[in-house]
Amino acid sequence: MEIFLQQIINGVVQGSVYALVALGYTMVYGILGLINFAHGEVVMMGAMISLSALTALIGMGLSPLLALPLSLVLAIAVCMLLGYGIERIAYRPLRHAPRLAPLITAIGVSIVLQNLAMMIWGRDYHSFPQLFVNQAHQMGGAIINDIQLFIVIAAVCVMAGLMFVVHRTRLGRAMRAVAENQHAAQLMGVNVNRVVSITFMIGSALAALAGMMVSANYGLAHYYMGFLLGLKAFTAAVLGGIGNLRGAMLGGLLLGLIESLGAGYIGDITGGFMGSQYQDVFAFMVLIAVLLFRPSGLLGERLAERA
Amino acid sequence: MPNAPDRVLFQRILFTAILLLLPFAVDALLGRGWLRIVDFAMLYIMLALGLNIVVGYAGLLDLGYIAFFAVGAYCYALADSPHLALAFPQLFPDGVHLSLLIVLPMAALLAGGMGVLLGAPTLKLRGDYLAIVTLGFGEIIRIFMNNLNAPVNLTNGPQGISRIDPISIAGVSFNATQRIFGITFPSVHLYFYLFLFFAMLVVFISRRLERSRIGRAWMAIREDEIAASAMGINTRNLKLLAFAMGAAFGGISGTLFAGFQGFVSPESFSLMESVMVLCMVVLGGMGHIYGVILGGLLLALMPEILRHSVVPLQQALFGKTIIDPESLRMLLFGIALILVMLYRPAGLWPSRVRRRELSTDEKTR
Amino acid sequence: MNLLELSGMVKRFGGLSALTDVSLHIGRGEIYGLIGPNGAGKTTLFNVITGLYQPDSGEFNFNGKSYRSAKPHELAKAGIARTFQNIRLFENLTALENVMIGRHVRTRAGVIGSIMNSRATRLEEKACRDRAGELLQLVGLSRPHQTLARNLSYGEQRRLEIARALATEPLLLALDEPAAGMNPTETENLKSLLEGIRNSGITVLLIEHDVKLIMGLCDRVAVLDYGRKIAEGVPDEVRNDPAVISAYLGVDVE
Repeated sequence: MEIFLQQIINGVVQGSVYALVALGYTMVYGILGLINFAHGEVVMMGAMISLSALTALIGMGLSPLLALPLSLVLAIAVCMLLGYGIERIAYRPLRHAPRLAPLITAIGVSIVLQNLAMMIWGRDYHSFPQLFVNQAHQMGGAIINDIQLFIVIAAVCVMAGLMFVVHRTRLGRAMRAVAENQHAAQLMGVNVNRVVSITFMIGSALAALAGMMVSANYGLAHYYMGFLLGLKAFTAAVLGGIGNLRGAMLGGLLLGLIESLGAGYIGDITGGFMGSQYQDVFAFMVLIAVLLFRPSGLLGERLAERA
Repeated sequence: MPNAPDRVLFQRILFTAILLLLPFAVDALLGRGWLRIVDFAMLYIMLALGLNIVVGYAGLLDLGYIAFFAVGAYCYALADSPHLALAFPQLFPDGVHLSLLIVLPMAALLAGGMGVLLGAPTLKLRGDYLAIVTLGFGEIIRIFMNNLNAPVNLTNGPQGISRIDPISIAGVSFNATQRIFGITFPSVHLYFYLFLFFAMLVVFISRRLERSRIGRAWMAIREDEIAASAMGINTRNLKLLAFAMGAAFGGISGTLFAGFQGFVSPESFSLMESVMVLCMVVLGGMGHIYGVILGGLLLALMPEILRHSVVPLQQALFGKTIIDPESLRMLLFGIALILVMLYRPAGLWPSRVRRRELSTDEKTR
Repeated sequence: MNLLELSGMVKRFGGLSALTDVSLHIGRGEIYGLIGPNGAGKTTLFNVITGLYQPDSGEFNFNGKSYRSAKPHELAKAGIARTFQNIRLFENLTALENVMIGRHVRTRAGVIGSIMNSRATRLEEKACRDRAGELLQLVGLSRPHQTLARNLSYGEQRRLEIARALATEPLLLALDEPAAGMNPTETENLKSLLEGIRNSGITVLLIEHDVKLIMGLCDRVAVLDYGRKIAEGVPDEVRNDPAVISAYLGVDVE
């Protein structure tokens, strides 16, 4: 039972991170109908930048209480700029091009970012500095530590904030209008380009936050970390129904739980034939199973065939 | 002035002569290492043409295509290496060691079968959902290759299978220099001709299918699935056929790859490889055979060209290597991908129809 | 015996009932019109007849066989061809290719035959190409047959869709608002085209808003309103039916 609870906690923590990254995929998809393949690399950049800044600031003798938010802000700022630049350079010129063209530029951008990071930070793992005593709390026999607690709380706050922006503000209304019908929104006086830029920047800010969370949680960051994380988060977005914000959150959380429980119990289920190395298989199997029964994801709209 | 059929014949003879002499030219001008790279490029071209059937003709975005390459490669690796003898000494005391001519059709069939098997559940999915599911299947297969060394050692896990027999047909080994009609053919030359043969076969089949009832039905599905089914096209069967054909070509290419490289491991079949093959198809010109060949050739050669030019360039500019050449080369590669797509969104060499379509687009805008 | 018989057709979308107990029959060689206000369920009925939607209940007999829950391609093979209200051509293929794709269901070349380019395949391909050319002539498409479908004018696209549907050799040709967006001359040409098609023995089912066209062309007309059939008969009967006038024609006829 304790193990079960522990897996649930781990799953929720991991799921919160997936959800934040998945939101970035789903927002861009909702508005442009495009898989932002480079989004995972933005997460990686966020992690590396925040980690470097943090190390430098601590080295300058700054108090961790000040250094932590400062480096987070720096990472968010750089990533927002990055998100803006990616959209301007690689996606905007191709908005009316054949469907797969932007996918290829996205792949190009992600190769560029990955190798840029390798040039700057090298091939080694970078460790997250130990700032506080990471206290562990008992919860019904399972353990949750400060960082994990922070991740879950921060993720919930940020997502609530995002929902507020999208559903209660002028900007959010413009975003939803562009998602519904770009052309009509433009005719109604919405500045589509601006909305798209802002969407990319919001998504990138969430990615930076998620990047810092991951590196704090595992204590490590690496130039290659964005790939698998991005893949998983994209899976989560599809699982929930891509283009749907609540779907991304639900999908992220579910994927985290599925992975964590799958890793813990897959051995028992298969009688020892498959171990935790099949964790990813498990996640993909669930995804495929869900899509077979609900081809548009869990919360995705069911688009009736229009004839 | 020669009449048209004569000119076509002349062009064909010239083209064949160039292809036949190519290995000697590359060998003499650039060295044998480059010929090896060209050999690999031929395998990639086969892969790209296979994926072109799925993505270019039928319009099904497949991000797990490399799995079929893997199926072919592991087929040959298991059938023609000491691995089975080592892993299952009771079952296969002397190993298997089947001829390529037996393994190749088997691998094509098996890969084609896998294509149908993995394609069947995805039939109702569209666009990006299809992409993520095929990606998932590709990853699942790779993870299995990585982990099927226990409890039964089928794939030897991450170490992969080595000491694979070189390809030999009718007792003629492709791994040794052969003298035929007084001309010396080194091993890489022989492999070149072998791969050329299969690449031409794939081109031939693609061309014939493209201009047939089957090819038209695929394109109808790509353009509008509902209208296609209303016109009496059994979309399920034709999509499965596209998956199967594409996968079979992938399987053939993988088989040859295993025999050529003598070693396979899951590393060669990562998602990035699937993405690479997709890039070849899209960058070259989706649905256009010659465009796809160009894309395959460029993307297979470009990283190698960069590999050989990045270090000397830095040496010349700065007197020493400042930037890690591996990442610089990939960086340039990424930039090249972006630039090509920005300036030629329909690919470097789109089919005539696509070109026309783009030019009319510009007029109406 | 009738070519098409529907009885008790019901189709619901969630709570919304798009078709309620619709029964009708179409005789061989008829031109049968289907009219009704927007949202009356005409296109839904079309989609049921052509297999795009599965009805929730009801009997569906075509050419003496029952086709409940048949797939679109099976119905196309059985002899039902259609056009779409919002034109669905294969835009990036040529006009000729579009019509040749219509021949798919009446041709047989398989993978092996296509790769080998056998004599049978070559003959079939030539026949298919010739027939497609004839059909383009028949519907009066004067542009080069290599023009991409997307580059044709609106009226040409409508006629190309008819040619593509005719290529499947249908017994029943179902046209969803073929005259929409056409000018009077084009409509007049369409009318004589449809009469020609009927005279060649093909039954025609027609959804149309152009009342003049319907009344002048159809042997019998059915009126749908809110998913129910409220009237059926020869055009003059229907025109004077009080239920129809209040539901539909009352707002439209002078």
